[in-house]
Amino acid sequence: MMRKRSQIGFISAVVAAGMAVTGCGGSQTTGGTEGASDASGSTKIVIATQSPLSGSQSVVGDAIKTGAEYAVNLQKEEFKKLGFDLQLSPQDDQADPKQGVANAEMLLSNPDVLGVVGHYNTGVAIPSSVKYEEGKLVMVSPANTGVKLTEEGKKVVHRICARDDSQGPKAAIYAKEKLGVKKVFIVHDKTAYGQGITDQVKAQFEKDGVEIVGYEGITQGEKDYSAVLNQVISKSPDMLYFGGIYSEAGILVKQAREKGFKGVFMGGDGIDSSELAKIAGDAVEGVVFTSIAGDVTQTAEGKKWADAYEKSMGKKPETFSVYGYDAAGVLLEGIKEAIKANGGKKPSREQVLEAVHKTKDYQGQFTKVTFDEKGDNQFADVFIYKFGKDKSEFVGKVE
Amino acid sequence: MLSMLPQVLVDGLTLGFMYAVVALGYTMVYGILEFINFAHGDLFMVGAFVGTEVLLTFEALGTLEGMNPFVAFFITLIVAMAITGALGVGIERVAYRPLRGAPRLVPLISAIGVSFLLQDLVRFSEAIYRNEFYLNSPQLFTGSLELGFATVPQKAIMVMVIAIVLMIVLTLFVNKTKWGIAMRAVAQDQSTASLMTINVDKVIMLTFLIGSSLGGATGVLFAQNYGTIDPYIGFILGLKAFTAAVLGGIGNLRGAMVGGVIIGLLESLSGAYMGPLTNGAFGAEYKDVFAFSILILVLLFKPEGLFGEAVKEKV
Repeated sequence: MMRKRSQIGFISAVVAAGMAVTGCGGSQTTGGTEGASDASGSTKIVIATQSPLSGSQSVVGDAIKTGAEYAVNLQKEEFKKLGFDLQLSPQDDQADPKQGVANAEMLLSNPDVLGVVGHYNTGVAIPSSVKYEEGKLVMVSPANTGVKLTEEGKKVVHRICARDDSQGPKAAIYAKEKLGVKKVFIVHDKTAYGQGITDQVKAQFEKDGVEIVGYEGITQGEKDYSAVLNQVISKSPDMLYFGGIYSEAGILVKQAREKGFKGVFMGGDGIDSSELAKIAGDAVEGVVFTSIAGDVTQTAEGKKWADAYEKSMGKKPETFSVYGYDAAGVLLEGIKEAIKANGGKKPSREQVLEAVHKTKDYQGQFTKVTFDEKGDNQFADVFIYKFGKDKSEFVGKVE
Repeated sequence: MLSMLPQVLVDGLTLGFMYAVVALGYTMVYGILEFINFAHGDLFMVGAFVGTEVLLTFEALGTLEGMNPFVAFFITLIVAMAITGALGVGIERVAYRPLRGAPRLVPLISAIGVSFLLQDLVRFSEAIYRNEFYLNSPQLFTGSLELGFATVPQKAIMVMVIAIVLMIVLTLFVNKTKWGIAMRAVAQDQSTASLMTINVDKVIMLTFLIGSSLGGATGVLFAQNYGTIDPYIGFILGLKAFTAAVLGGIGNLRGAMVGGVIIGLLESLSGAYMGPLTNGAFGAEYKDVFAFSILILVLLFKPEGLFGEAVKEKV
């Protein structure tokens, strides 16, 4: 009997140890955050990126980083003329809120860091932005669509892309009017992003009288979604709408088709990646998605940019590369303005924040940027794409 | 709503058998060393990658086309089992054996370290070799069996058949062979067993060899069944297989098998029915909560697990 009791005690110790291990992942705290004031006389100016560079979302995270890196490379000379050494500090937030916050603290402790391009996940951006706000470190997001991010009233938060409350309803309207959907099953991945966008889609479908036959969540990182899909099949909807990221979407659409699902599969900008086709295989054909990121190669000028990017960075741009590039562009423009306002001297974080916040009619490579009071971009659009055999094709802008 | 029940059961069984084979690895090591090998889930992941790489190599060489899918499948299975088995033995030698006299938490932490190491090694080497660490396995069995009330994909049948064969072979091995008897002896009392001229180190190595190669084999089954793998698949699946082992009574082989199937079925059933039954209040996203609540209930009333009582049987 004694033996058994010690076994149970051991198991609970194991569980506790496991929790402690996962819990400590991001407790890399650094001391004071007074780096906000410009005390150092150094001529170094650092902008950071925060995006998932490892893990299942790293393809997009890397696109954001590389886009920003390209922008920094192009402007290095210009900053040298102003007397500054411009550098990029890419951080891996691992799509993990704890890691994002730990990185944010690390960035704050370095007084040379004047701005952040990031994040990819709204769930990571929100807690990290609390830290940025403490240190008055300006953040320009290339890809966060979660409504809450800019609604919390943090001054440092800006984004150049559209929000879920424009993406979601527009997706629902498109589905009803252009795809003729009457019955829809909605699945989300339980993250701030996934559930955020599906809530918006659901509200619009309800308003338009489209029947919602199911609303379920799945767990990120799992590979078997047959439980939810059996429900979907039994309800035979015209459309399966998924709010989440491509790594889950690929498996979901593949398993849905294997089970004989015939309707349309639709998602948000989270499934906007060439990886979807690799994961889903043949099942990817016909997948429709909205994206807050347009296709830069639609114009001749954009094609030229994409070619130059590929030559310089050694890889083809992903959809989000140009957003990383434009977000970094907005940030660098703000820093230059702040330098000018500061009489050619290195500006403080507050000054950069002021300058970025005032951005008006900035023409990026792809999108035009004017920030409103909350930090949202007034020129942000929503686009529709459809997958062919192996890659997505641009369908158009949703009006 | 009941019309989907057969399909739900088929999916749950497929998943459950996979949990069961992985759970065997946890339970065997625990039975011998009273130590939970948290790297076991990652050995399963390595098996999935090795198997997929073998198939991708066949495909690149163009030999996969003309090959009998069963032959290709068994070659894959054997290679994956050999490599993960050897890896398991190596890990035991390097990371666990030097810590055998240490307090219990020490090898446990070592195991967690090995787990991270394996994940990142695979990620790293795949990223260098293929420039991505998501692999899509070539599918050997694409057909499916239409039963009228349910569709059973061939690959699911393969999963179940292989899992059952592995379990039968393991049971026979442990109960009927000399080495099996030695393993049971070491499980009961290491020092007495060593007095009976049993080489304890060798038996422990053998345990890791068998447990790890079972994990590797499940990896191949997993890659075939779901098509997509990444270096992180071992974590969630390992956790659930561990749960299955605890549910069945850790240290007990039959318990691990039954526990795995129960967890798989519970997950599948609660995923499919919780939403409709509670009118959407608790949807499929709570399926793990449900499965784990059952575990807590079982442990409250039967702390040694479902089959935990038969101490004599444990290996």
